[in-house]
Amino acid sequence: MSIMDQFFQQLINGISLGSIYALIALGYTMVYGIMKLINFAHGDIYMVGAYIGFFCITIMHWSVLPALLVSMVLTGILGVLIERLAYRPLRSAPRLSVLITAIGVSFFLEYTMMYFVTPQPRTFPKVLSDAAYHIGPFVVNNQQIMIFAITIILMALLTYIVQYTKVGKAMRAVSFDTETAQLMGINANRIISFTFGIGSALAAAAGVLVGIYYNSIDPLMGIMPGLKAFVAAVLGGIGILPGAAAGGIILGIVEALVSGFISSTFRDAAAFAILILVLLFKPSGLLGKNTNEKV
Amino acid sequence: MNLKAKHFKIAGVLLGATMLATVFSGCGGQKSASDANTIKIGANFELTGNAANYGTSALKGLRLAVKEVNDAGGINGKKIKLEEVDCKSEASESANATTKLITDHVSAVVGPATTGDVLAASPIVAGSKIPLIAPAATSPKVTVGADGKVKPYIFRSCFIDPQQGEVMAKFAIDTLHAKTAVIYVDSSTDYSKSLGKVFKEKFEAAGGKVIDQEAFIQKDQDFQTTLTKIKAVNPDIIFIPAYYEEVGKIVKQAREMGIKCPLLGTDGWDDNKVIAIAGKQALNNTYFSTHYSNKDKDVQGFIKMFKKENNGEAPNVFAALGYDAGKMLIAAIKDAKSSDPQKIRDALEHLKNVKVGTGIISMNKDHNPIKPAVIIEMKDGNKLLKEKIAPKD
Repeated sequence: MSIMDQFFQQLINGISLGSIYALIALGYTMVYGIMKLINFAHGDIYMVGAYIGFFCITIMHWSVLPALLVSMVLTGILGVLIERLAYRPLRSAPRLSVLITAIGVSFFLEYTMMYFVTPQPRTFPKVLSDAAYHIGPFVVNNQQIMIFAITIILMALLTYIVQYTKVGKAMRAVSFDTETAQLMGINANRIISFTFGIGSALAAAAGVLVGIYYNSIDPLMGIMPGLKAFVAAVLGGIGILPGAAAGGIILGIVEALVSGFISSTFRDAAAFAILILVLLFKPSGLLGKNTNEKV
Repeated sequence: MNLKAKHFKIAGVLLGATMLATVFSGCGGQKSASDANTIKIGANFELTGNAANYGTSALKGLRLAVKEVNDAGGINGKKIKLEEVDCKSEASESANATTKLITDHVSAVVGPATTGDVLAASPIVAGSKIPLIAPAATSPKVTVGADGKVKPYIFRSCFIDPQQGEVMAKFAIDTLHAKTAVIYVDSSTDYSKSLGKVFKEKFEAAGGKVIDQEAFIQKDQDFQTTLTKIKAVNPDIIFIPAYYEEVGKIVKQAREMGIKCPLLGTDGWDDNKVIAIAGKQALNNTYFSTHYSNKDKDVQGFIKMFKKENNGEAPNVFAALGYDAGKMLIAAIKDAKSSDPQKIRDALEHLKNVKVGTGIISMNKDHNPIKPAVIIEMKDGNKLLKEKIAPKD
């Protein structure tokens, strides 16, 4: 394999990794966009989604798609509940209190799950063939293609909802100016719940895909991807949907290239170096515009 | 007021009397028990906590060794009595449990199973001059201190990590005829790093060449980027000394990417989770070193006895090592012809050709048993005994 071939193979690896980050980052960025909350529990919602998918597949013996849908629906409901119980009472509290609550929710989810499912990792049964396609010197496998395809479909669906439906219009209005939106007759609480639900459902999809792809899930699996998705969201411009998608893919590719050409132990360091660089030089992110605060 | 004071007095006297009684009975009881017809042995194991799987298995093995000797009439007419304590898989609890055993006047201690818990127990037994046998702790520093001196009271019944690195290097060169290797270690554990180092030394000393070294850290999910790099240098073998969870994922992803060369590992692979994660097909053409194989004809007797004692449950590696530790201790007590800890210690140091569950062993100068490692080949999800390689010294 020449250096060039290796480079392209790493790109393929990076894109499949990045599409997972992108799916999680979309939820992150939506929640931030609408209520200016960095939801640190988002990675753990992704973990819960993975477990629901796991139980659908192992206990109910469903195939991938129904398991994915059920996991998305149930996790979406969980997201709505978390918002209702933990965040809504703090709607008018200082931003820091909500952030700390989010960290609390994160630990709550991790250790409640650990109580019920034990800390031991579970292995997903083989539900998808892992047939690999050799295209010239490159290898792409079924699961990578599936992850990428499902990510694209979900992103398209999300774009449709946000841009072309009434709820989407309301979401954009609430994120633009919550008070004015309410004056126009939009029920902001309901819209925020809806956003939380969709964001959580996307995370659940990512969780199930990761479970199938890497074959093993555990109650603390959400921590790292959650942080990475946060980096991806900041990289693309937090609050901006296409930014989160692009940020996720870019982050995946950077990680793949760093571990492929430098060393895999620097991979996480590289991801967080990106966060620092973005915050230093373009805090609004790649797709963000610098806005001046109006007085 | 007066009445209260009186009550106190009576209570105080009663309390004092009870305590005196316990002290006397404790001493007297112990002396007569130990001298007359039983020898007390402490068993300190991880019965709860996250290493509970290891600890309980090792204890079952040890119990079997004790039952055997007791059923055969004991040692010089004395029965062995196990004092079992739980170290809860925590270093501080291990120290407490050991202290309890020593106040119970045991003649020797077996356990705990894992390196960290043994290290916590060692200074306490050494201070009281009681010998300790660690059944499964493979780190070199268990028996040899940081100053390079052998710890006089600590022994073990398993081989040490460097031996596995050496055995796998020998196997790669002699049996697989490998000329080039890539080493892929878990840089978050000492276990993995030290094995990688020994393997490199021995592999290159025997004429092989390590063409690339890569590392990952625990909890990594994605290994494809590094595997792409490894695939590009096309080694004859890949050596992955790591624990089962990451190993399973690496093997799976490597085979999916079309890496077909043999993958080699160590006893961290010896868990059925590897098969669950990687899949049976992916594990074909992989080899790892471990302490014992249930296919080995030398251990069939032990397996049969163990199953009989444990309702048909098959022994795992830890049960075999616990049994070996028990056999070593019994041999030492027989050699010492005494239940005196000091004499047992001296006898342990000079053990020669003792028949244990997994073979015949002798003690070397570092208090490690000289015993062969077995190499397991994975074939369609079954563990086949490929080779048995004895160390040089």
